[in-house]
Amino acid sequence: MEILSHLALGFSVAVTLQNVLYAFVGVLLGTLIGVLPGIGPVPTIAMLLPITYALPPVAALIMLAGIYYGAQYGGSTTAILVNLPGESSAVVTCIDGYQMARQGRAGKALAVAAIGSFIAGTFATMLIAGFAPPLADVALKFGPAEYFSLMVLGLIAAVVLASGSLVKAIGMIVLGLLLGIAGTDVNSGLQRYTFGIAELSDGIGFVTVAMGLFGFAEIIVNLEHRGKREIFTKGVSDLMLKWHEFKEALPAILRGTGIGSVLGILPGGGAMLSAFASYMVEKKLAKDPSRFGKGAIEGVAGPESANNAGSQASFIPMLTLGIPPNAVMALMVGAMTIHSIQPGPQVMTSNPDLFWGLIASMWIGNLMLVVLNLPLIGIWVKLLQVPYRLLYPAILLFCCIGVYSINNNVFDVFITAVFGILGWIFVKLECEPAPLLLGFILGPMMEENLRRALLLSRGDATVFVTRPISAVMLGMAVVMLLIIVAPSIRKKRDEAFHE
Amino acid sequence: MHFIKNPKDFWAGILYIAFGIAAIGIAYNYPVGSAGRMGPGYFPRALGIILIGLGLILSLRALRLRGEPLSFPTFKPIVIIIGATVLFGLAAPKLGLVVATIILVIVSSTASEEFNWKEAVIASVGLAVFAWIAFARGLNLQLPVWPWFMG
Repeated sequence: MEILSHLALGFSVAVTLQNVLYAFVGVLLGTLIGVLPGIGPVPTIAMLLPITYALPPVAALIMLAGIYYGAQYGGSTTAILVNLPGESSAVVTCIDGYQMARQGRAGKALAVAAIGSFIAGTFATMLIAGFAPPLADVALKFGPAEYFSLMVLGLIAAVVLASGSLVKAIGMIVLGLLLGIAGTDVNSGLQRYTFGIAELSDGIGFVTVAMGLFGFAEIIVNLEHRGKREIFTKGVSDLMLKWHEFKEALPAILRGTGIGSVLGILPGGGAMLSAFASYMVEKKLAKDPSRFGKGAIEGVAGPESANNAGSQASFIPMLTLGIPPNAVMALMVGAMTIHSIQPGPQVMTSNPDLFWGLIASMWIGNLMLVVLNLPLIGIWVKLLQVPYRLLYPAILLFCCIGVYSINNNVFDVFITAVFGILGWIFVKLECEPAPLLLGFILGPMMEENLRRALLLSRGDATVFVTRPISAVMLGMAVVMLLIIVAPSIRKKRDEAFHE
Repeated sequence: MHFIKNPKDFWAGILYIAFGIAAIGIAYNYPVGSAGRMGPGYFPRALGIILIGLGLILSLRALRLRGEPLSFPTFKPIVIIIGATVLFGLAAPKLGLVVATIILVIVSSTASEEFNWKEAVIASVGLAVFAWIAFARGLNLQLPVWPWFMG
C-alpha cells in the first residue's frame, strides 16, 4: 500500500511538536479573524499571510492550511449565530442554522457543523492522498501547449460555475491576467506597466490585490448599509447532540461529504455548488420537507459537510496541476511562490515531505477544529457581540500593518488603497473579484506557456488543437461556454442560483 | 441617460474598454515580435484587444437589456476609509507606528453612523498599545514606534 507509506511520511513531518503548534496557532488565528462578521476566508488569509513569511516552507503551509480551516469554520459560526454569511458557500448554512439558533439550539447547530466538517475533512484528505499521485503523473507529461489549454479550461470552468454575467466574469479574468504580468518581463528584462516605479518592478503584490479587492471593499460596503444585527446565543453552550438528532444528521453528513468530494474538484464555485446541491438533496430526501428553513438539523449537517469536503478537494488541482480553482487557492499558490516552491506536479517528487506533510496536516487541522472551536465557543460569541463600529477600525489597522510588513514599505499600503477603490467600483458594478484574482495569479504562467508552445511550433497556432490532450481541454472549455450561452439552460441556471 | 437600460453592465463595459485602451496604449513601445518569437508586447496587446471586445459587448448589450440602477447611498465610507489608509501610509515612516495607528483608527471611525469621539479615542489608544506590543515588539516590524523628534 503506497498510499499508507505516503501518509506515514506525511504524519512524520506534520506531527512534530513545532508543526502541530503552527497548525494550532493557524486554526486559532483563522477562527479569530474569520468569525468577525463580513470577513470571508480570502481577506482572512491575506491578512494573516505575512505572519508566515518568516517560517520554514513546510511550517508556513501547514499554518496557512490551518488558517483556512479556521476561517471557514469561523464563517459558519457567524452564519449560524448572526445570519451573516462571510462567503457564498455559507449562505446555505444560514437558512436552517440561523433558525436553529433562534430556537435556542445554537450549540447543537455549531456542534453538528463541526462534526460534519471533521468527517468530511477526513474523507477528503484520503481522497487527496489517493488521487493526487496519478493526477500528477498525467500532468508531468504535459507540454506548454497542454498547460496553456489547461489554464484556459480552468479559468473558463471557474466563471461558468460562478453566478452572474459570463461576459463580465471573463472580462475580470482578462483584467486579472493583465495586472498579473505587470513588472519585469522574464524573457526580455523589459519593465512592463511599472511607470518607472522601482517598487513595481517585481510586479504588483498579490496580497495587496486580494486585501484591497476583498477586505477593504467589504468594509466600505458594510458601512454603507446600516442594519441591525441580531445575535442568538441562547443554548450555545449546549453542544451535546441527542441520539435521535445524531441519527438524523449522520446520513446527511455522509451524503454531503460525497457530494462535496465530487463537485469540489471542479474549479470556481466548487464549495458553494456542493453546499447548494447538498441542501437540495437533503430537502428532496426528507420525509417532511416542510421542516427545512425552520431549523432542520440535516439542513446544517449536509451543506456544512459538503462545503468542507469541497473546499478541501479544491486543493487537488492546486497541488497537482498548479492551477488554483478558486480565490483561496490562488492565495495559496502565491504563498508557495514566496517560499520559492512552484506549485505543480513536480512538487510531489521534488518536495515529498512538504507535499505529504501538508496533506497530513489537513487532517490534523480538521481535528483541531473540533477540539479547539467547540470548547472555545464562548470566546467566539463574545467577539461576535463587539459592535461593528469598533471592529472595522481594528480590522483596517491589521490590514494596513499586514500589508506594510510584506516588504516593510508603505508603498504597498498605497497600492492596497488603490485596489480598495477598484474593489468598491466592482461591487457597485456587480463584477465578481474572484476571477480577477485567479487571472492575476495565472497571468505570468499563462504568457510563459503560450510563448513556449508557439516557439516550439514555430508560430503555428494549430498546435493547441492538433495535440490531443490540449484539443480535448479546449473542446471542453468551448462546450461549457456553449452550454451557458444556450438560452434554455441559462434560464435554469439563473433559477437555480435564485433559490 | 435614459437610453442606458442596464447601467451596471454599461459602466462595467466602459471600464473594461478604458483598461483595454490603457493596456495597449502603455504597451505601445513594447516589442511585439511574432507568434513564433513573442516579444514582451504580444500578450499584453492581445489581452487589451480581448478586453475592449468584451467591454463593447457588455456596453452595447446594456442599451437593450434592462437591469438594476446603480446605487450610491453615501460616499462617506469610501472617502474616509481610503483617506484614513493613505494618511496611515504617509504618517507611519515619520511619525511612527503609535501616532499613525491613532490617526488611522480615529479617522476611520468617523465613517460609522454611530461614531462618538470618546469611544474612538479610547479604541485608538488601546489599539496603539496593542500594535506597539504585538507588532513592533512581537513581530519585529521595521517601523519607528515613536515620531522622529522623540527618537
